[in-house]
Amino acid sequence: MHDQLFWFFSIAMLLSGLLVILSRNPVNSAMFLVVAMCFMAGLFVLLEAHFLAIIQILVYAGAVMVLFLFVIMFLDLKAERRRRFRILTFGGGIIVAAAFMVKVHDVVEDMPLVAAKGVAGTTEAVGRLLFTRYLLPFEVASLLLLVAVVGVVLLSKRDLK
Amino acid sequence: MDPILIHLIKIVGVVGVLLFICAYIVLAERRICAFIQDRLGPNRVGIPLWIRKDGSAIQIGARWALGQPIIDALKAIFKEDFVPGHVNKFYFWLGPMLVMAPALMVWAAIPFGSTLCGVPMIIADVNVGILLVFALASLGVYGIVLGGWASNSKYPFLGGIRGSAQLISYELCLGLSVIPLFMQVGSLRLTEVVRWQTEHLWLVCYPWNWLPAIIYVASSFAETNRAPFDLPEAEQELAGGYNTEYSSMKFAMFFLAEYANMITASALMVVLFLGGWHLPFVPVSGGIAVGVAHICIFLAKVCALALVFIWVRWTVPRVRYDQLMGLGWKVFLPLALAGVLITGLAIVAGWSPS
Repeated sequence: MHDQLFWFFSIAMLLSGLLVILSRNPVNSAMFLVVAMCFMAGLFVLLEAHFLAIIQILVYAGAVMVLFLFVIMFLDLKAERRRRFRILTFGGGIIVAAAFMVKVHDVVEDMPLVAAKGVAGTTEAVGRLLFTRYLLPFEVASLLLLVAVVGVVLLSKRDLK
Repeated sequence: MDPILIHLIKIVGVVGVLLFICAYIVLAERRICAFIQDRLGPNRVGIPLWIRKDGSAIQIGARWALGQPIIDALKAIFKEDFVPGHVNKFYFWLGPMLVMAPALMVWAAIPFGSTLCGVPMIIADVNVGILLVFALASLGVYGIVLGGWASNSKYPFLGGIRGSAQLISYELCLGLSVIPLFMQVGSLRLTEVVRWQTEHLWLVCYPWNWLPAIIYVASSFAETNRAPFDLPEAEQELAGGYNTEYSSMKFAMFFLAEYANMITASALMVVLFLGGWHLPFVPVSGGIAVGVAHICIFLAKVCALALVFIWVRWTVPRVRYDQLMGLGWKVFLPLALAGVLITGLAIVAGWSPS
């Protein structure tokens, strides 16, 4: 049962991920990304990381993607659909994707293979790690987000008094 | 008994009772708003018992229109389901479902009673209970946004845009306002929150929880699109908002989902602040009678809070959109953070019994 569910979630997630980049309609892409995230949450549940699964849905599917959709709805979708296939962009995309895959491969290669059962994905474990071992990276990440927010406000409000 | 069968019975029971309360809370809303506005409201249709030869019916409760929900449901089902030609068909269909499904799904993690015949009265007692409820509830916004966008006309679109911005803003306040509670209880499990309140006082009894409670109530008005924060469906400005182009049962789904969300918000309020199924002088554990009594206490508390929702809607005028956003980001968010700090200080000072 566990294995079948793993294959179901992974294949469904990859399929919807593929549909994100293949859809011509940006709203379809965004919705497939939401579906992919829900399947990824399913994978986290299989690892018994319930907290991560719920956060995946709460933050990414429930908040970030809603903001994406918010922005997409202001776009002219027909312009997006009229866009032609260009060999240059296609080639560039392939190169970037390949470079990224090589990097991911390197990282995965270095990682020791451990049994995934009982991964520290409970609320207590994640909280403890965030406030002890990963405190500095966590704070730096939040500072980075703050800088981004300030930058956006500065750029969008030209006439700051 | 087979555990799967027990689960099925619980699921059918919860959904059935929820939809029943939804139907009658609509009637309560119409009667109460009529009372507040010095009108009569629905007062014709009772529950029919027998039809006489001359066509007239013997019915009970006609004065309070107890049969009105039945008639309303029949009307919604048999009305013509008109789909305008300019809509995006797929998302137009998906919208009402995406609003209704999360509104029902969140009840999986809400404890609606203690135990009955040794069976815990909650469908899924997960250790991330409150987060599960918020996560599923946050998916409901897709129905509003997609419904408004797929309608492909100006007013529904504006309603959808307003809805997405409003729901995201107030989700933050909602999430932050309940953090102090879990600092005191020490668990995200909702049954644990209720158990803590049966051993100590209800969480609303502690003064440092009053600020979070107020923020929680106000934010849940905004999250359920209820007045004074019903901007996404402001009929005077948007001709009905995101559901303008919908008719028949699809409109009824949007309509019912709003009431289901309202009841869910009341239920969460009861579980988090008002002791869940606990009532002083009622034994915490016992036989079947006590179990049934706990469920009734819970339902009574939920209905009482739902009546507060209705009362507020017909008393307070709607706020402006910039006021809504300013209130959420500039007032509630800092206050909710202050609430976390105050509760932390109370715990450090040893005032909180935990």
